[in-house]
Amino acid sequence: MTSVSTPKAGIITTLGAWLLAFIWISPLLFAFWAAFHPATGASSFDLFAPLTLENFSQVLAAAPFPRYFLNTFLLVSLILACQLVVCTLAAYAFVCFPFRGSGILFMLVLIQLMIMPEILLVENYRTLANLGLRDTILGMGLPYLASAFGIFLFRQTFKSIPKELEEAARLEGANAFQILMRVFVPLAKPTYIAFGLVTVSYHWNNFLWPLVVTNSVETRPTTVGLQVFATVEQGVDWARVTAATLLSVAPLLVAFILFQRQFVQSFMRAGIR
Amino acid sequence: MHIIKRNLLKLAATGLVLGVVGASQAFAQTKLDFYYPVQVGGPVTKVIDGYVAKFMAENPGIQVAPIYSGNYNDTTTKALTAAKAGTPPAIAVLLATDVFTLIDEDVVEPIDQFVKTDEDKAWLDGFMPAYLKSAQTEGHLWSVPFQRSTAVMYYNKQAFKDAGLDPENYPKTWDDMVAAGKAVTQKDASGNTTRWGIGIAGNVGSSQWMFGALAAQNGARLMNDEGTETYLTDPKVVEALQYWVDLSKKNGVHPQGIFEWGTAPADFLAGRVSMIWHTTGNLTNIRKNATFDFGVAPFPGHPNPASTLGGGNFYIFKDTSDEQKQAAFKLAKFLTSDEILADWAVQTGYVAPRDGAWKTQTLTDYTAEEPNALVALKQIPNAVPEFSTHENARTTKILNDALAAALTGNKTPEKALADAQTEIDKILKQYR
Amino acid sequence: MNKSRNFLYGSLLLLPAAVLLWTFTYQPVLATIYNSFFTTPKGRRPSVFIGADHYTRMIEDPVFWQALTNNILYAAVTIPASMGLALAMALFVNSRMSGQGLVRMAYFTPTVLPMVAVANIWLFFYAPSYGPVDQLLGLIGLGHNNLLGTPSTALWSLIVITIWKEAGFFMIFYLAALQQISPTLIEAARLEGASPWQIFRRVTAPLIMPTTLFVLVNALIGAFRLVDHVIALTKGGPDNSTTLLLFYIYETGFQYWDTSYAAALTVFLLAVLALIALFQFGYLDRKVHYR
Repeated sequence: MTSVSTPKAGIITTLGAWLLAFIWISPLLFAFWAAFHPATGASSFDLFAPLTLENFSQVLAAAPFPRYFLNTFLLVSLILACQLVVCTLAAYAFVCFPFRGSGILFMLVLIQLMIMPEILLVENYRTLANLGLRDTILGMGLPYLASAFGIFLFRQTFKSIPKELEEAARLEGANAFQILMRVFVPLAKPTYIAFGLVTVSYHWNNFLWPLVVTNSVETRPTTVGLQVFATVEQGVDWARVTAATLLSVAPLLVAFILFQRQFVQSFMRAGIR
Repeated sequence: MHIIKRNLLKLAATGLVLGVVGASQAFAQTKLDFYYPVQVGGPVTKVIDGYVAKFMAENPGIQVAPIYSGNYNDTTTKALTAAKAGTPPAIAVLLATDVFTLIDEDVVEPIDQFVKTDEDKAWLDGFMPAYLKSAQTEGHLWSVPFQRSTAVMYYNKQAFKDAGLDPENYPKTWDDMVAAGKAVTQKDASGNTTRWGIGIAGNVGSSQWMFGALAAQNGARLMNDEGTETYLTDPKVVEALQYWVDLSKKNGVHPQGIFEWGTAPADFLAGRVSMIWHTTGNLTNIRKNATFDFGVAPFPGHPNPASTLGGGNFYIFKDTSDEQKQAAFKLAKFLTSDEILADWAVQTGYVAPRDGAWKTQTLTDYTAEEPNALVALKQIPNAVPEFSTHENARTTKILNDALAAALTGNKTPEKALADAQTEIDKILKQYR
Repeated sequence: MNKSRNFLYGSLLLLPAAVLLWTFTYQPVLATIYNSFFTTPKGRRPSVFIGADHYTRMIEDPVFWQALTNNILYAAVTIPASMGLALAMALFVNSRMSGQGLVRMAYFTPTVLPMVAVANIWLFFYAPSYGPVDQLLGLIGLGHNNLLGTPSTALWSLIVITIWKEAGFFMIFYLAALQQISPTLIEAARLEGASPWQIFRRVTAPLIMPTTLFVLVNALIGAFRLVDHVIALTKGGPDNSTTLLLFYIYETGFQYWDTSYAAALTVFLLAVLALIALFQFGYLDRKVHYR
């Protein structure tokens, strides 16, 4: 991915970059260190303390993490799938079917970009209770299914697609839906991947709203499950907290390490600017 | 978009069918939602699930769904949010100090109205009066104690020995504590303190607890039983805060700034602080991880060696059916039986709030092995309830802020407490 | 004909988004504004209309003003710092160096870690004496701090966590923008004898300007939205030195249960955010048309 003409970094730049990288990764390194060592006070930092898997087994014994993973996975998939569809349709409308007032509607969407669902917790909870969707994965995802960020992003991408391509498809007799699926969506693929990364990491880590709406093991996502270990009545037990943290971030971290090249490249081509 | 709609409908329909099936299976059963927080380490959810399974085996007509709901704060949030939306839990473990909030929101039933038979009365009489006290107001008992705690002093015997003190002779007065603190405090060559004498947690959420003990030791109290008055400008209360501030400012035996509850055990275990005031719930942790000889002591007095009580009680909620309320009461009685409370104490480190529980085999075996656990029991008659008023979260936060302002040197203790009293008066005026 | 067809298609396509946004954003916003003119209903005291009382109370509320000033400082530091670092990171990762993939991963990792979990790790990093941060400060003779427990340093400690969490996220956007800059442009500038700084100033910076605006908006949102670490670490203390606006709203609404006053505070925050949004996007949208 590095083009031939990008300059080779000087030694100072490289050292600076490495130092910054070390600082940035050090909390995770500490988490790894603490998670694999006995709990005898993380404060006595001994590099050669014996390794142990006991913290992980304690964490797994204390909470059904596999189930939490499944819940998080279902939640994130639901949100991502719906967001892609809902936002694509809306963005397509804004770009290709402008009508009187759609400009104002777009402004309204932009305002939502700044309004965090977290703020509207009380009202949204009331709505969900009225719909009978408390303590369901669908209910947990519902307020997030339309994303202003997604609409904005897809609209930008669609706008950058040359009109000629759309015209050509129309001349071939394609209808509006076919034009969307054959011209716009394929060309916006990098944007979709970039948006997907953002939305997955946001909802994988989302905490406050799931905490309020979920009641049971069958719906609770990992972040809420993680809270068991972060309680401080007895003081923080870093060994177990870090073990639980690693367990909960592992899938996302592994996915990112495996696919980071694709992620970055899609961001590159997405032309988010 | 149609596809989504259809799928949504399908999803909704599946949910409906499942709901109906579930309901028909549970026919003639009373269903209870039971919210509880987890504030301590260990597989607490499993322990609770175990108790509940046992309860349901004994009461086939009742089906309990135990719902772990985060920490105390989260659980209160959840229970109140659910109650406001018309779907309250039948029963919940919430902070004893939440009592006025829950009464003002009109979401809980007084628990004494369920006490009818002699057996019920005997059960109620078995609780220690100190623990019941905070739940009694407006002529009713509003909750029963379950996961209760109290604070004790952990001290580093090795540090005492190093400083030439008798490790068995723990400080019994405020002056003793300062003297011992001075003796064990160590500085490095450049004058920085490497080992402190004493640490008392002053962070938001902990400081009012610790300060309640300090005030009581000085013979003062912070609030009245009705939760409508606070006495923060009482000279004895001011003196208690002055003592706390001076531990650091004048005597140099306490770390500067706010000492954190969360890191206090780590500080103690690392030998950085030689005495800490912390919950009895920490005994197991400290016993397991201490690399030195340590002791557990009651709090010092000035002259009254008082401690402070904390922890959670059972509350039964309104807006549920009578069957549910009766079933909830049954569950509360079951979970506060001597045997369960004894087992709960051993599993979690909480203090069993019933004398009977301390006489069970489970707890006598435990205290034989770990006599330190008895310090808490001995201290209970001298203990006072945690700070609690109407609009408790807000008044507590005001007190927390005042304590922090004094401890960090932003205000004098006198000024900080006077300001807080003015603020609290504004809030409590409407309840008088 | 085109007009009515546009309207039909357009409104049908917008329908799902409109329904969802109405139900979970606009309707709750309106309900919030409405509720801010009433007292909080308590079980024993029904709600009464009090007009703008909550707003006058807000003006007299010292904690509100402290939360506001804290939040302004918080935004004023975290936004430029995380954006500057993000750009530096992107420039680092965009140049050829050994271990490039590892470095990029290190920068990005904080983004995928949940704040709830990370907060406890930072509690260790900030611990007095044995915490790594205090040990490092000790090396330069500034040790023995109680970073989270002192009003003058607590907010700064949270600011560092935010920068750490956000910079890697913004880096990705900058990296994408940098990689789109045609190498021939850079080459041409170099052949004309431009220094690396001049190349950055004259070629790179203008070309990544739209990205900067986009990131700025995200950073602004973050500055008002991220309160998980306040909840987990300081709860606004000591003495309100780390209280941010959203935290104060959360505290008022979900701990004091004064939902109506929380609604008034929310309305204030919503107004600020809406203004920022309109301003930024009016500007950004025009800016992006250059392509």
